[in-house]
Amino acid sequence: MAKNRTTLLVAALVLLAQAAVPFVAHALGQGYYVTFFSRVLILALAAIGLNLILGFGGLVSMGHALYVGVGVYAVGILSSGWGISNGWLHVGAALMVTAAMAIPLGLICLRTSGMAFIMITLAFGQMAYYVAVTLRAYGGDDGKAIPVRSDFGVLSLADGNVLYAVIYLLLLLTLYAMHCLVRSPFGVVLRGIKLNERRMAALGYPALRYKLVAYLISALVCALAGVLLANLTLYMSPSYVQWQVSGELLMMIVLGGMGSVIGPLYGALALLGLEEALVSVHWPLPWGLDSLVSAHPMAVVGIFIVLVAILLKAGLHGLLSRRAALPETGDH
Amino acid sequence: MTPELFLTQLLNGVQLGMLLFLMSAGLTLVFGIMGFVNLAHGTFYMLGAYLAVAAYGATDSFLAAAAAGVGATLLLGVAVERLVLTRLYQRDHLYQVLATLGLILFFNEVVRIIWGPSSLFIPTPQWLTGTLDLFGLSYPAYRFAIIAVGVGVALATYWLMHHTRVGMLIRAGASDGAMVSALGFNIRRMNTLVFGLGAGLAGLAGLMAGPILSVQSGMGEPVLILTLVVIVTGGIGSVRGAFYGALFVGMVDTIGRAFMPVLLPHVLERSVAQTAGPTIASVLIYLFMAVVLAISPRGLFPVRHG
Repeated sequence: MAKNRTTLLVAALVLLAQAAVPFVAHALGQGYYVTFFSRVLILALAAIGLNLILGFGGLVSMGHALYVGVGVYAVGILSSGWGISNGWLHVGAALMVTAAMAIPLGLICLRTSGMAFIMITLAFGQMAYYVAVTLRAYGGDDGKAIPVRSDFGVLSLADGNVLYAVIYLLLLLTLYAMHCLVRSPFGVVLRGIKLNERRMAALGYPALRYKLVAYLISALVCALAGVLLANLTLYMSPSYVQWQVSGELLMMIVLGGMGSVIGPLYGALALLGLEEALVSVHWPLPWGLDSLVSAHPMAVVGIFIVLVAILLKAGLHGLLSRRAALPETGDH
Repeated sequence: MTPELFLTQLLNGVQLGMLLFLMSAGLTLVFGIMGFVNLAHGTFYMLGAYLAVAAYGATDSFLAAAAAGVGATLLLGVAVERLVLTRLYQRDHLYQVLATLGLILFFNEVVRIIWGPSSLFIPTPQWLTGTLDLFGLSYPAYRFAIIAVGVGVALATYWLMHHTRVGMLIRAGASDGAMVSALGFNIRRMNTLVFGLGAGLAGLAGLMAGPILSVQSGMGEPVLILTLVVIVTGGIGSVRGAFYGALFVGMVDTIGRAFMPVLLPHVLERSVAQTAGPTIASVLIYLFMAVVLAISPRGLFPVRHG
């Protein structure tokens, strides 16, 4: 891993800036931005989880919205259906259901590779979406409000700033854990499998087992993000399980740079920041384009994504490290 | 459950299967020959429907609208392939997924800008509004026309693939593109041709679905997902697999949705059946796909390489 000062400095600055968000937002009287950045960090967390199998395992999953959905519905069903507001139970249930689903689903999906893997993960994601739509008791298609935030005893999440702090700390923790994981023997084997699975198998490493564990970990991180998302929006709905969510996570990862642990955070900030800026900033454009852009931001985002896919090979993180050293992972 | 009802649902399943075949015939070739993951195929389905709406408004004739819709979608497909996709053929699948996702977002928004957010309709042509009498079973003529178009396209595709020089080159390209290129055939032009034809067929599916479903932004995505199920279960790159896969998925989905809520109470307790019925019906095809892939990861009709 080529390391350089620029990437470390930028990472530290971005993380510090995120820590300052609630203070700055309230000083400016823009409390809305605490919610906005909460959402950014939650999606970044999910993307960091997905990046374990994508960036380091080479597995393109289009179905990780499924596990975000498990997290959201675990909170929703327990608190609105069964009247259980204990946060530890929410997290425990979300992680347990995720593990119970990710192991068999992972075993089936990992039998395929390449294109078929993308398709089969997408199909399982859709399956979960339709299951969510048919949950009539929990709002079906429209979704349903969640009465209260998870209750963690001493820690009350009722205040948006506390929730932000919890999300931020969990993000830091996950970043650190991923940083250690990809440099551990496990991570090295995983990256080896990405580069040449047959050779790793010939060396005696059970490739399937490694990929399955990585798949499971990434699913668990996404479920955790789902629990946080339910707490932020206080709403459960099939729209969190839509395949567009999986697609958005992929965009964040590629945009940020999938060869690095922190890349997806940059991607989430850039992508959601762009959407927000298109809607809320008045752009001085001629011929009525300004109102067109703010009314239809996704058209611009679409073009942006296409350009990113064509032009940006190692993501934003890659741009930082390009000058100093070798790119961390040459993508083939 | 009467036999008539069952037959009607069976025909509905075939009709959905034919629409799915129109979608998957082109896409399976794009996946198989070019090794390109195109998630924007549903976009051409949507564009075909919208362009047909526009052409219908101008000409007031269903056939003219259909011809214009297919033609314009084909040209758009060629333009998108030339402008965007050729730059991504050599790249990892991930970037192809990303670029085509971007195209979906872009075109969904473009139709909203041009045609507005509310859904539109293509009227059923006058001469197809009635019902058809099939051995005592009356069935809507328009739905029957969809089946006929699907079968016609299937036969035409079979002829194109197996009895023409172009088809031979396409099949050769699928098994060894580099060799075909080395023999002096322009594989890039062939890619563009296949992509354009696939887009045109998707457009045809979209405008044929127009009188049954509403024409709206994002209408392509649910169909795309079903198409992907068809392609993966049929075997990537196999037109024959796409045909059988489409028929099977169409029938399983339609019949599951129609009869699962009726049949399930015989097996399960009533209250359980009522909640589980719709869920099982809607996940049936995904379960089918999972079983197929668990047994044969390369689909039911894997294309033999080498």
